[in-house]
Amino acid sequence: MEKREIKIALTGNPNVGKTTLFNALTGSRQHVGNWPGVTVEKKSGRVSYKEYDIEVIDLPGTYSLTAYSMDEIVARDFIIEEKPDVVIQVVDASNLERNLYLTTQLMELGSEILIVLNMCDIAEERGDRIYIEKMQELLATPIIKTVATQKKGICDLLDKVIAQKEVEQHHGHEIGYGSEIEDKILEIEKALSEDENRDKRYPLRWVSIRLLEGDSNVKRKISDSPVYGRVMEIIDSIDQEEYEAEIADKRYLAINTIFPQMCTRANDTLTKSDMIDRVLTNKYLGIPIFLALMWGAFELTFAFATPFMNMIDIASTWFADYVSSSLQPEWLASLVGQGIIGGVGAVLVFVPNIFILFFLLSLLEGSGYLARAAFIMDKLMYKIGMHGKSFIPMLMGFGCNVPAIMAARSIEDEKDRLITILIVPFVSCGARLPIYVLFAGTFFGRQAGTVIFAMYVLGIVIAIISAKLLRGTIVKGKPAPFIMELPPYRFPTLKTSIIHMWDNGFMYIKKAGSIILVGVVVIWVMASFPWGVEYGSEESYVGSLGHAVEPLLKPLGFDWKISVALIFGLVAKEIVVASMGVLYGSGDSSEALSERLLADPGITALSSLSLMAFSLLYMPCVATVGVIKKETGSWKWTMFAIVYGVAVAWITAFVIYQGGTLLGY
Amino acid sequence: MLDIQETTLDTLKPGEKARITKVRVKGAARRKLFDMGMVAGADIELVRNAPLGDPMDYRIKGYHLSIRKEEASQIFINRL
Ligand SMILES: Nc1nc2c(ncn2[C@@H]2O[C@H](COP(=O)(O)OP(=O)(O)O)[C@@H](O)[C@H]2O)c(=O)[nH]1
Ligand SMILES: [Mg+2]
Repeated sequence: MEKREIKIALTGNPNVGKTTLFNALTGSRQHVGNWPGVTVEKKSGRVSYKEYDIEVIDLPGTYSLTAYSMDEIVARDFIIEEKPDVVIQVVDASNLERNLYLTTQLMELGSEILIVLNMCDIAEERGDRIYIEKMQELLATPIIKTVATQKKGICDLLDKVIAQKEVEQHHGHEIGYGSEIEDKILEIEKALSEDENRDKRYPLRWVSIRLLEGDSNVKRKISDSPVYGRVMEIIDSIDQEEYEAEIADKRYLAINTIFPQMCTRANDTLTKSDMIDRVLTNKYLGIPIFLALMWGAFELTFAFATPFMNMIDIASTWFADYVSSSLQPEWLASLVGQGIIGGVGAVLVFVPNIFILFFLLSLLEGSGYLARAAFIMDKLMYKIGMHGKSFIPMLMGFGCNVPAIMAARSIEDEKDRLITILIVPFVSCGARLPIYVLFAGTFFGRQAGTVIFAMYVLGIVIAIISAKLLRGTIVKGKPAPFIMELPPYRFPTLKTSIIHMWDNGFMYIKKAGSIILVGVVVIWVMASFPWGVEYGSEESYVGSLGHAVEPLLKPLGFDWKISVALIFGLVAKEIVVASMGVLYGSGDSSEALSERLLADPGITALSSLSLMAFSLLYMPCVATVGVIKKETGSWKWTMFAIVYGVAVAWITAFVIYQGGTLLGY
Repeated sequence: MLDIQETTLDTLKPGEKARITKVRVKGAARRKLFDMGMVAGADIELVRNAPLGDPMDYRIKGYHLSIRKEEASQIFINRL
């Protein structure tokens, strides 16, 4: 028998258990992607239940359906345009009042809604009492109690979904906004309804209310309409801000009148979460604990990842050698071995790093600490023209810039997010360390540690200066206001963290992989042609390019060999070291390379310092460029990141080399 | 009328409670604050300042909301 299809969407405030419920519903049969055109994550999964095939979509968590962030626009457009059969609002039973604000907005959208009262265990433990019958009656929607973490109430939920789909009742629970506003709503509705070609999926009343609230997204949607002028006349005649306040007041008033009838809250006692906060955000302890946690997370990332990274490195080197020696003809062996496997392997090495980073990040997020990290760091970040939420992406950048840029998604404000994405590449990632180790170790002997540390500091300083610079020029304005919930501390679930890690790690492999492949092949072609030259030699195109750019890099103290190494380094920065190995014909032994570098009069301690600074700054690696493109959705900003990086690197290296020369080093 | 002095939210000390009378914040933040329950008539309590002094951790409608002093100074309240 053919199964019947039902499409349901999960919506709700952040942190109410949507993802946990989604996982409980769909098991492992899920698919993560992006909403077309925007970087908000989209998850969909399927569940077979009785004679139904149910598609579940996990919408981004939102506090309301205004147009404050991309998430909110995605959520409401999905509900209106895709018309899921049932919209399920997941509600945190221990935080009902604020959760119901979204309910009032969902009801205005005119969709079939169903409320899931999740986290019932917490509410019960605290001694809250919720009268389900009364609540169903007052809100005129079915309500299902669940504990998503224990998979309680899932079957009940699915039964109700089916019932809802079959019955097709329409609940017309509407909020009245008082005669003055209602008159305006009617006026706008009337004007709008005269446009025969309007998008009929959008309820007139909803559009009217949105316009009165000054929703620019909705305004844009009707800007082509012949009645646009008339509507704008009405909008311009009112005191926008007053209306906005009045409408929100009325919604909360509606909640306040029904709320006491359906719930009695236990007396406000000091919760466990409050007690934890007394320590973790304590005036004196807050910062030391924060630093210790971040340091620990960092150490853990590297300690756990290193053996896996070594394994991948060894395996890919072996594989590349094996392929090179067994494939025919020779050019193909070189393309696949040296080019594709070598290049892709260099990037795959970071996969363990990224997986662990995302796992730890998910633990921090799930526990509620990430919000505190932003809370603690906001003042400092604000001083450099950034938002508290930018701190985590920047910190992650020390591991790898790619997940760091992906993590910037949690920043709502577009400008804040853009600046974060643009400055993360200056944070010295793990891949740059081998370069410092080689050159500092070779030329600075016992001062090597200090030099390496100075490189990390240089990256941070450049990032800060860049943030200030961008704020003053092309991304004008102040950081967005900090308005953030500090959710209660919870024990993060292992399963959610593992899924999160897997999704993001896999996304990295996919996204980085495709772009890297292209980059690697381009570089291989340049290093192998014209036909017959030795790979990456002076006569190859790369060699010619090295010679061509040499005059530009000469003032920084670089000869053509270093230029070539830097060009190779575009794929992944640690390749700079590997290609120095090739160019100096020293094989894989770093000691041999050190000796030859010392013997080469073309490289001095000063030029190696200049080279380290240049490698740190000059351009994000191919994987990072790919992610910048993906996350900003714009070639313009991607090009900017590249050009700006090169310019900054050139100036910095120039100052170091020429300054040093002047001082007589 | 009761004789209560109207002040702004940023003057609240940890542990003190107040009722919001007017939100004068402008722009996108205005609506976001409304969404989060910062509407006239709502009760609010300052729980603590962040370790560096700003932002603040308030309790409103049974949950914790953090905003900066800058926004708090544009929200009017009556102390309770
Ligand atoms: N005690 C309890 N915790 C839950 C329940 N549902 C989810 N959680 C926890 O709440 C946190 C947030 O859940 P998540 O699914 O990520 O929320 P989302 O932001 O809405 O997707 C996680 O730590 C979950 O383990 C529940 O019913 N009871
Ligand atoms: Mg989620």
